[in-house]
Parts: sequence; C-alpha cells; structure tokens
Amino acid sequence: MNFKAMTAIAVIATAPLAALAGPDEDKLVVNGEIEMVTKTAAPAHLSDALDEIYSGWRFRSDETQALQMDDFDNPAMVFVDQAQDAWDTVEGTEGKSCASCHDSVEESMAGVRAVYPKWNEEAGEVRTLAMQINDCRENKMGAEKWKYTGGQMAAMEALISVQSRGMPVNVAIDGPVKETWEKGKEIYYTRYGQLELSCANCHEQNYGNMIRADHLSQGQINGFPTYRLKNAKLNTAHARFKGCVRDTRAETFKPGSDEFVALELYVASRGNGLSVEGPSVRN
Amino acid sequence: MKLASLTLAAALTGGVALAGEVAPKEVAFTEDGAIEASLTGTPGDAANGAMIVGEKSKGNCVACHQVSALADVPFQGEVGPSLDGAGSRWSEAELRGLVANAKKTFDGTVMPAFYKVDGFIRPGDAYTGKAPAGPLSPILSAQEIEDVVAFLMTLKDES
Ligand code: HEC
Ligand code: HEC
Ligand code: HEC
Repeated sequence: MNFKAMTAIAVIATAPLAALAGPDEDKLVVNGEIEMVTKTAAPAHLSDALDEIYSGWRFRSDETQALQMDDFDNPAMVFVDQAQDAWDTVEGTEGKSCASCHDSVEESMAGVRAVYPKWNEEAGEVRTLAMQINDCRENKMGAEKWKYTGGQMAAMEALISVQSRGMPVNVAIDGPVKETWEKGKEIYYTRYGQLELSCANCHEQNYGNMIRADHLSQGQINGFPTYRLKNAKLNTAHARFKGCVRDTRAETFKPGSDEFVALELYVASRGNGLSVEGPSVRN
Repeated sequence: MKLASLTLAAALTGGVALAGEVAPKEVAFTEDGAIEASLTGTPGDAANGAMIVGEKSKGNCVACHQVSALADVPFQGEVGPSLDGAGSRWSEAELRGLVANAKKTFDGTVMPAFYKVDGFIRPGDAYTGKAPAGPLSPILSAQEIEDVVAFLMTLKDES
C-alpha cells in the first residue's frame, strides 16, 4: 500500500464522524411545561473525553421523540399508574405500604432520582434506587424483594423518577463513592468479549454514527427506566447494560452485581447536568 | 445425539482447523499486520465472501462499513470507512491480515478480529451472554476469511 492511501485513511479514521450524522437539534418540553436539558457541557471529570453530553432522546426519530413529549402519548405512564397503586398497597409482615413511611410520593421522592446511585452511610455501601427500594421492602415492610430488572421494580423506579423530571442529574463521584466510581470507570473502558468492544468504543468514540440500523447515542441513563418500542415494556439500566455487554460476544455481569452498580454510578455521572427524563421512550 | 449431527456441529463451530489449514493461533503476521500465505490453500470464493460481509450472523461487516457493491443490503453503518476501493488500496496479504486481526494493522482499532480465539476479556458463548462451554471458535472460519478477502479484492477504484 502506498503512502498516499495511508494518509487518506488516517484522515477518514480520525475525522469527527459524529459531526456528520450526530444528534439533532430538537428541544424536549414535556407536557408543554417541563423543559428538559438534553444537551449541555460535559461535567469536569469528562472534559478530556467529551465537550458536550446529549440525552439519548436527541438520537431518536421524530416519531419516537414525540411519544415522550406528552404523558398522554408516553406508553410508560401506564406503569407509573400501576406503581402509584403499589405505593399505597400494604404488603409484608409489618403491615406497611411505601406510603406508610413516605406519605405522598410527590413530596418525599422529589429530587431523589437525580442523585442516585448514592452512598448509604448506615449500610456502608453505594446504593442504586433498586437496591434502596428492595431494602425498604425487605427490612422495613417484611415483604419479598422485587426482581432487580422486573416489571414491578421498573415501574416503581419510573414513579420515583417522575418526581424529579427536569431536575439536573447530580450524582456524587468523590468521598466514600470514589472507589466504586473508579471501578465503574474502568469497566466502561474495558474491551469485553470476543468483539473486544468497550462502552466507550460505541458510545464515546462513535455516538452519532449508525451501527447497522442503530443510531448510536452516548448511552446516557438520565432517561431510565426506558419504555422501548422494541419490547413494549419498561427497561431498567442494568437490563440495558446486560444487553450491550452481550452484544460484544461477552459473558455479561448480572443485574444488581457489584460491577453493574459501579458501572451505573459511573455512567450516571457522565450525565451530570442532563435532566432526569425517566420514564423515557426509545426504540 | 446422532453421529451425523455431531460431525455437523463440529464442522459448524470450526473449533478444530481442518488439515492443511492455518489455525488461528498459528497465523504469521508481518510487521505491518499482513498475512502473506493463504490460510487454506484453496482460492477464496468472492460471491460467498460478499454474502459473509453483508450477513448479520456471519461477518456483519456492513454493521460498521458501507459497501456500494452490496447496495441491496440495508442499513450499512458508519463506524468504519467505506470499503469501496479497498481492493485498490490494499494488497491481498494486507486484506487477509486486516480481516483476521485488524489490530495488527491499526493499533487499538474498534474493528473486531475475525480469526482469533484467545486473549479476550470475559469472552462469551456467541451472543448468549453466557460463559463459553469449551474453547472458542474464531468468528469466521479460515475459508470464510479467504472468501471475504477474495470479495474485497473485487472492490476496485473506478478510475
Ligand atoms: C417502615 C418504613 C418504610 C417503608 C414501609 C418504606 N420505606 Fe423507604 N425508606 C425508609 C427509611 C427510614 C429510609 C431512609 C433510608 C436509609 O437511609 O437507610 C427510606 C428511604 C427510601 C428511599 C431513598 C430516599 C432518599 O432520599 O435517598 C427510597 C427511594 C425509598 N425509601 C422507597 C421506598 C419504596 C418504593 C417503598 C415501598 C415499596 C418504601 N420505601 C417503603 C422507610 C420506609
Ligand atoms: C457494539 C456497540 C455497543 C457497545 C460496545 C455498547 N453499546 Fe450501549 N448501545 C448500543 C446501541 C446500538 C444502542 C441503541 C442506540 C443508542 O441509544 O445508542 C445502545 C444503547 C445504550 C443505552 C440506552 C441509551 C438511551 O438513551 O436509552 C445505554 C444506557 C447503553 N447503551 C449503555 C452501554 C454501556 C454502559 C456499555 C458498556 C457496558 C455499552 N452500552 C456498550 C451499542 C453498544
Ligand atoms: C465494529 C466495527 C467494525 C466491524 C464489525 C468491521 N470493521 Fe472493518 N474497520 C473498522 C474501523 C473503525 C476501521 C478503520 C481502522 C481504524 O481503526 O483506523 C476499519 C477498517 C477496515 C478496513 C481498512 C480500511 C479500508 O481502506 O477499507 C477493511 C478492509 C475492513 N475494515 C474490512 C472489514 C471487514 C471485511 C469486516 C467484516 C468481516 C469488517 N471490516 C468489520 C470497523 C469495523
């Protein structure tokens, strides 16, 4: 191969391809009133990798985007209603419901989703929302734990997310969570599986590009849980992580595992500054 | 399991290199990442190579690359450069090396290695998400690599 061809390829390979077919410039306002930040400056810890961060909403078609702009059209809202019923339902040996301790979800859960995963001092661990919900079920209600990525869990996460919609994601990355965050970062950049692909290979280096029929986003989780048209249900972040790792021909980690908890903290922190959107709609 | 299906399964997984084939671990790359000798000694079949490049369950190269010659294959990706003219830009040996393990040509490239069976982190049993039951097979067999190379050699510049 001659030198000219080499340079030509180097140019193709290093040009910011994302600029060609990147995110669109649409604005997301839900119900005509909640203004969502779907694009903003990357948080400081990410500034050597990205200038700007984008919600996955920016990468979807106009039709899919529209479904998230009004709660009457958002198919996820059915599950939010179901979770509201669950919130008020007494279960378990202690004869309590979530409402027994937390009263109205609108008040007690406002702002909660925006800061999870977060450190729980008493337990001495980083907790995801799902871990906290199951902790309350098991230890406060004497009820059965919900399946980590199951429908009831996803619905409750959606109900809790709704109370923070429009607020900026703001998870802490230092102090007692630092070690977990570092571990999550390492996982994000590790090239797993027989295809040897990391999260970053697809979502940092190639967002905006098509990979077969899929328009790659930055893989942000500010919109989780997510209603996917593909499987017509609410999907949790860990279920999505599992799917993406599986697609690298790798042995996945388990939802709820230490690895995915760390990865969730790290990925959430890459979205610091975007609005909480959950439950979002994706294809 | 009947013997016939057993043999078929072994052939499909391609775990064992056939006689006269260069096994994945024995491939000799040049310093620039090329592979001089054919992996099988049997000339590649460009038509089959075209199928492999477009087919999701095979090479799925179009997930990342555009190929004008395969215009009938929908949803061609943009992660890698267009393969149009690849047969003019590269020699056969270079293309063989690129398809077998592109990391020997482009350090750290996103492009997966299609003829490699070890050195992975948490490899799985294809797309099941589970740990593999036995030794890994390369994603493409030796002859499939030759077929893909033969197809790529047909992608010449217009001029
Ligand atoms: C018997 C009382 C009780 C019940 C019942 C209960 N919780 Fe809790 N919940 C708590 C307490 C106490 C905390 C503070 C947790 C801590 O710091 O360990 C908490 C914390 C939480 C948090 C985290 C809030 C934050 O600001 O970090 C969430 C989310 C939550 N609960 C959800 C639920 C859900 C959903 C249910 C029902 C399925 C439920 N809880 C049932 C007592 C309860
Ligand atoms: C082979 C490419 C590839 C790899 C590697 C990959 N993903 Fe994805 N991911 C996709 C595609 C394709 C989609 C669907 C389109 C989109 O939203 O980007 C997706 C979607 C997502 C989404 C949903 C985004 C949204 O707005 O709903 C998240 C979150 C995500 N990925 C996280 C990850 C994480 C974390 C990793 C690493 C463990 C990872 N991905 C690895 C291809 C990949
Ligand atoms: C996950 C993405 C991905 C897949 C799948 C993929 N490639 Fe690539 N390929 C790339 C990238 C990116 C480059 C650019 C090299 C670099 O990293 O600088 C490349 C480079 C190439 C080149 C050299 C560039 C040129 O001049 O044409 C050839 C040839 C090639 N790929 C062929 C293939 C074939 C054949 C397959 C399938 C058997 C395939 N690729 C699958 C991403 C991919």
